Amino acid sequence: MKTPIESPIKSIDELQAALRDRRYFADRGLATTIFLALHLGKPLFLEGEAGVGKTEVAKVLASILDTELIRLQCYEGLDVHHAVYEWNYTRQMMHIRLMETQGQRPAEAELFGPEFLLRRPLLRAIEHAKPAVLLIDEVDRSDEEFEAFLLEILSDFQITIPEIGTIKAERSPVVVVTSNRTREVHDALKRRCLYAWIDYPSFERELEIVLSKVPDAPAALAREITAFVQELREADLYKLPGIAETLEWTAALVALDRDALDESVVGDTLGVLLKYRDDIEKVQGEEVATILGRVRAGA
Amino acid sequence: MSGALLHNLVLFGRVLRRLGMDVHPGRLADLVAALEVVSIGNRSDFQAAARGLLVHRHEDMARFDEAFEAFFTRRDPLARPSARVSGELQRKKGAPLTLFASPNASDSVGAGSSDESATADVLTYSEQEVLRRKDFAEMTPAELQAVKALMSEIAWRIRQRKTRRLRPGRGRLFDLRRTVRRNLRYGGEVLDWARREQKWKPRPIVIIADVSGSMERYSRLLLLFACGLAKALEQKVEAFVFSTRLTRITRQLRQRNVERALQEVSLAVPDWSGGTRIGDALHAFNFQWGRRVLGQGALVLVVSDGWDRGDVGLLSAEIARLHRSSHRLVWLNPLLGAPDYEPLTRGIQAALPFIDDFLPVHNLDSLAALAEHLAGLDERGRVRGANRSRWTDSSRPRI
Repeated sequence: MKTPIESPIKSIDELQAALRDRRYFADRGLATTIFLALHLGKPLFLEGEAGVGKTEVAKVLASILDTELIRLQCYEGLDVHHAVYEWNYTRQMMHIRLMETQGQRPAEAELFGPEFLLRRPLLRAIEHAKPAVLLIDEVDRSDEEFEAFLLEILSDFQITIPEIGTIKAERSPVVVVTSNRTREVHDALKRRCLYAWIDYPSFERELEIVLSKVPDAPAALAREITAFVQELREADLYKLPGIAETLEWTAALVALDRDALDESVVGDTLGVLLKYRDDIEKVQGEEVATILGRVRAGA
Repeated sequence: MSGALLHNLVLFGRVLRRLGMDVHPGRLADLVAALEVVSIGNRSDFQAAARGLLVHRHEDMARFDEAFEAFFTRRDPLARPSARVSGELQRKKGAPLTLFASPNASDSVGAGSSDESATADVLTYSEQEVLRRKDFAEMTPAELQAVKALMSEIAWRIRQRKTRRLRPGRGRLFDLRRTVRRNLRYGGEVLDWARREQKWKPRPIVIIADVSGSMERYSRLLLLFACGLAKALEQKVEAFVFSTRLTRITRQLRQRNVERALQEVSLAVPDWSGGTRIGDALHAFNFQWGRRVLGQGALVLVVSDGWDRGDVGLLSAEIARLHRSSHRLVWLNPLLGAPDYEPLTRGIQAALPFIDDFLPVHNLDSLAALAEHLAGLDERGRVRGANRSRWTDSSRPRI
């Protein structure tokens, strides 16, 4: 059994408050799951649509635990050379040449010493003296081979480098795995983790986020924006706007010096919210007017 | 830790498993550990903790919450369990319906396989030949049974996809790590280059089949075909059926026993032999599933006769989107078997420009031809040789 990180957080309430201090507004269910992940020393598996704040959880956790965030972005074909370690070949070659000019030959052990080792995220996370937060981002983009490798790493947090030996984490890092569900991740991996589904936030929560993250936005505008985005998420769209889009849109409207929504400015800036041409065409014009009408009626 | 609580948790785990959830015993033990830091008195915290540990698929969440309500809300987790819960669950599963007339009424689940092979064996060669050309819709139950066995003889070979994963080989990419190791003995002089090549993997297959009223006579066989394909191929086969709405049947088809799989499918699909709304079904597919199952260059097989009672504009927009996100889009139409068939229905007309292959599936021969056609596609999804279809331009338009 791995020793869980020594967490300064002793209760769910405390964690929720700490998250809030760092401007992350999690509902009680998510806070409970994160709290347990810290306490049981288990990886946290976060799923949800793009832009709901999955990656942000890892960043905020690193800040709460006052440690480094080590991020591994996944992609198809991700292998040991890019995830764990690689030898610095150029340096090795240079070293050999330099030695040769002095009429010497370097010993193999010297060439494969720590100074020629390039540490990739997984190795760095394992070597980190104070347990780091290891973010394995968008694991659905990787392939089965990497998933299998990850299973191995997550079970014992040790890495064997043939030339050096086995490196084992003294205390396991806090692991956050995220997925956008572009592919079903294997159950074996998910089973080892605490699972949380992050949904789009409610109106109140999203307004809270907008007001705290874009403090320049006038309160009335923030209300309108949030209500508009919430309405938009009810529409039949391919890609619904996430919180990230709401924040970008708010920033855009503030930059344009607006203090209220109207049809023309929404039409002009719709590209910040919607990222598919079909979606923009569908909403543009009448639909915008209808939603604006509903937003004003609700306000 | 109270013994009754432990007992209740184990029982709850069993309940979840019976509802089809994948509950790991280790997570139940973790839940017990979690209850040292999460108060069991706070019902919603307890529920969130249990959910985080026991559920790991989003689609199971609602079922979990329902089961949790049923199991714990009306009673104290520390109290002894009653027999009522298991009774409730029994009822939820319901009595299995039989939608398809079984070829012989007394044929029970499991007895099928030995029967089939026997039937196929007693057929003479010429009988088999006739069977291969006979339209599925005109077959007698006995013939259908025989076809089932013959169907499994079709060899499916589908060209693999080149992935971005590299492995040692004879490709054009250098493998620095192995090169350096191998050449150390020459004192840093590189004489022997190690190379890597891209790995090949099977392409995922997605089947979207029409089970509406007009397809009724073919539905059973086409499901058998989907089931057979899922078994014969090593890759992932995702299957969906629709008439007025779309249902995913991938999990049901994973059953080892074919008859059992079909029975489970019939239970899962709410709208057998209803009207057809291809556009809506494809919309639902693109919307909910497209991004999840088309990721790795999937080959998509749509099976439908194209009799659409829905919105044609929607159909054409959705099929265009499906075409853009799939490796190759094949439309299989049982009506195409008739020699005088012309694709004139509005649905087919709207879809044709976006279909890579438009092929018949009305008899065994047409399935064999489909297998041959798929085997003939090259890695980019182009047709090699001359087996082009009559209705579509086989060179895939690039948008």
